[in-house]
Amino acid sequence: MALLGHVCLVLALIVCAYGIAVSVYGARSGRAEFSLAGRRSVYALAGLLTLGMVVLEIAFVGNNFAFNAVADTSSRTTPLLYRLAALWSSQEGSLLLWAWLLSMWSSLVLFLTRKRLREVASYATAILLGFGGFFVGLMVFYANPFTTTSPVPAEGVGLDPLLRFPTMMIHPPILYSGYTLCTIPLAFAMGALIARKVDGEWIAVIRRFALAAWLFLGMGILLGASWSFSELGWGGYWGWDAVENASLLPWLTGTAFLHSLMIQERRGMLKVWNVSLPLATGILAIMGTFMVRSGILDSIHAFGGATVGVPFLLLIAALLAGSIYLVVSRRAILASTHHLDSLLSREAIFLFNNLVLVGLAFVIFWGTWFPKISEALTGQAASVGPPWFDRYTVPLALILVLLSGIGPVIAWRRATPRGVLRSLLFPIAAALLTLVVLIAAGITQKPLAIAMFCCAAFALGSVAQELWRGTHVRRGASGEAPPVALLALIRRNRRRYGGYIVHVGMAVLFVGVAASSSFQHVSQLSLSPGQSTRVGAYTMHYVRPTAALTPHDDPTHTGSTLNVGAVLRVTKDGRYVTTLRPSEDFYESQEESQGSVGHLIGGQPVSSVGIDASLTRDIWSAIQPELETPKLKHIIEVGNKTIPFSRPDEGLFVIDFLAHEYLKHPPPAQFRLEVSPLIMWIWLGGLIVFAGGLLALSPSPGALRRRIARPVSLELAREVKYRELRDLELDLATGKLSREDYEATNATLRAEALEILNQLEPEPSADASDPTDASDSGSPTSGRPNGRAGLLPGLPEQEDGVSDEQDREEDSPAVEVALHE
Amino acid sequence: MNPARKRTVRLVVALSAAVLLASALIYTSFNAASPALTPSQLLHEAQPGRSYQLTGTVVNGSVRHDGGVLHFSVADRATGTDAVPVAYTGVVPDPFKEGREIIVTVEKQGAGYTGEQNSLITKCPSKYKVAPPSEKQNA
Repeated sequence: MALLGHVCLVLALIVCAYGIAVSVYGARSGRAEFSLAGRRSVYALAGLLTLGMVVLEIAFVGNNFAFNAVADTSSRTTPLLYRLAALWSSQEGSLLLWAWLLSMWSSLVLFLTRKRLREVASYATAILLGFGGFFVGLMVFYANPFTTTSPVPAEGVGLDPLLRFPTMMIHPPILYSGYTLCTIPLAFAMGALIARKVDGEWIAVIRRFALAAWLFLGMGILLGASWSFSELGWGGYWGWDAVENASLLPWLTGTAFLHSLMIQERRGMLKVWNVSLPLATGILAIMGTFMVRSGILDSIHAFGGATVGVPFLLLIAALLAGSIYLVVSRRAILASTHHLDSLLSREAIFLFNNLVLVGLAFVIFWGTWFPKISEALTGQAASVGPPWFDRYTVPLALILVLLSGIGPVIAWRRATPRGVLRSLLFPIAAALLTLVVLIAAGITQKPLAIAMFCCAAFALGSVAQELWRGTHVRRGASGEAPPVALLALIRRNRRRYGGYIVHVGMAVLFVGVAASSSFQHVSQLSLSPGQSTRVGAYTMHYVRPTAALTPHDDPTHTGSTLNVGAVLRVTKDGRYVTTLRPSEDFYESQEESQGSVGHLIGGQPVSSVGIDASLTRDIWSAIQPELETPKLKHIIEVGNKTIPFSRPDEGLFVIDFLAHEYLKHPPPAQFRLEVSPLIMWIWLGGLIVFAGGLLALSPSPGALRRRIARPVSLELAREVKYRELRDLELDLATGKLSREDYEATNATLRAEALEILNQLEPEPSADASDPTDASDSGSPTSGRPNGRAGLLPGLPEQEDGVSDEQDREEDSPAVEVALHE
Repeated sequence: MNPARKRTVRLVVALSAAVLLASALIYTSFNAASPALTPSQLLHEAQPGRSYQLTGTVVNGSVRHDGGVLHFSVADRATGTDAVPVAYTGVVPDPFKEGREIIVTVEKQGAGYTGEQNSLITKCPSKYKVAPPSEKQNA
């Protein structure tokens, strides 16, 4: 079996080399069969790595300790689910997971683009296979997951108890999906630069993958945060740790990219920026992967004994050099086709949002790498702590939330100060109302948190207003009932309203972060049974200790031997609130020096946190019981002397006795108790972001039916122009634009659209390309005396009555008709 | 002002703002940073009122709870000498144990050192992979 896995890896390496060669040749020569062979190499790589994953998982499930990976990270006492997850707990296995996910996502993107962007996609194929080859090469030469030992050990070491938490099953695959998906926009950006095809098309193709990368990465980060909060005994969810920061960096630049690509789609602006951001995102994702594996920075998340730092450094250097060379050498074709019309326009807000996001990424990058930077400059490694990060990230986060409220209500191209002010009245009122309510409620300390609450209210007010105005306009056109109109509005404009829902989720999340970090009450103390303490408004009473051997048929069983904890009764103003049961799990270790009984509980103890979660506050508790009292130590010593290693059952009997002794004379235990307001809002906000992201990802109704490969950039330009016109109508209808501005911009846009139409179809039979026709208008326009100009009026009569911000293949059916006629 | 000129002005303003912010950032990072020191370096260099990042191993038998305060000593990793007494409050990570390598931010107070709240992290060389028995004997 191990041989099969090894052969898979070697074959995968050969497939990568072959695929890179044929893809590059296919792209350069323009011969489609070579590009096809390159794409098939990616499918083959996915197949081989899937086989490798299956081989290794079978070994984990079957406790095949001949595999080093299995013997080092799994054991018979490790429950089945955690044996499956143990694959990615080791350096080798996680590299395999990375490469496998990369091959799967690459296959998906190349399958979906098989009829489009042939040249760009061929180069992208070569680059993706380059990443695949790099990771497979690492496994073949540095960290092979299929190495075996002989003689076969009777038992494995077991999965690190800290990792025995259900999130372990999904957090790494999701985070790695995010990381690997980040390489796809990078590959296509590089492909577009190499092929000198930097128009909107590659962006239109890659948008969903950039969004998916962003979504997976964000969810991975959030799952890690919730894991940290509900499993680790420190009661926090974010610690500005190097590895945490490393995962946040590509997410920030990815967020910037998702916004700036809209400006290029619409306005042909910011092309340099739009190729640089995916390049940076991809490189940062690789850097994140590198940091976990090199031990270069101190982090609690780093792999021990990491050996693959140097190859990663070389890869990052090559990517950086390649990116810079490509952007500089292609700067002529990256020139903008438009310029910023006004600082008071949605483009300008997006640009500002991009600068803040990139600034935020720079701050975090600097702080993360500061130990190395200061060592290089001063010879003395020094690190900046969380207060330093907070000082810069908090104001930037405030600005971001504020901008997320301004962006949606401001018109593209040019807005008048009066119009903007009118649009912002309601959001500003919402923010002020929040401020008044907070002050009335006596919350006046912590100005930064209060500022965040107001900014969030502002952003929420802005989205609410957008939804209300959109519904209103749609009702005017269709006469539907408000809920129907709202749903139809969202359904028809998934990308736009998905984005707004993400804004809502982020605002909710930031409220949770601000509240829980500013108004937290923490108490760390030693309590004996019967004693009480106050934490914030709550009184916690240590009712009684608990101690028992862990039952093996418990569904939440993680493989521990002994569980020692406490029952805490929580009251508020004398009224019962909840009962918490924090405990600590003690695991078996393989250290014989601890003795035949001592080793049964000698492994690393892991906190099992007692939480009472609610919408308004989380009451959190962790315990560190004292098992080192002279009496308990004596029991273990006697047991070590009298019981042989061959009788773990008798050893457990002694542990059971120890548990009873602990209950009879419980020593004081260390407690950490917290009351954190609005923690739940962080997870809820995350769920809302996830829902909004999925909505923006999902194809529109009928899009699949209409999906036709039309790689013609003029058509793209035409549809973008139509979309701009429809947006303009909406902006007028919802009061974002003044009549004069509307008319001026409308005239320009129409002239531009005519220009494109003339280039596109010199024959005057363009009636069906009229984007306005949609469902109800059956009136033929071809006979109009004023020719094409007559095509353009009546845009607002479009099917949904408001702008349809879909992918171009999802635009109005009329476009389809044009193609078929 | 013509549009091209206007754009240049905007660019210059934006760039200067960025440079200013970046310099502030860099300046404060050098100011706010705590140098990473070993216990022996700390004994020589520490001044009251400054914080240092102390890296070393927890001395065997030195861990003692006193109410909410955790007392322990940190010694040089290589030699095991120059033990520095630390009084610490706040989060103690699960892997914290005598003999483990830790990083904690401390400030000199009298003869001893006070650990900054919640700054303790364990630097376990075997986080995801249990060390081979030879290493574990020392751990």
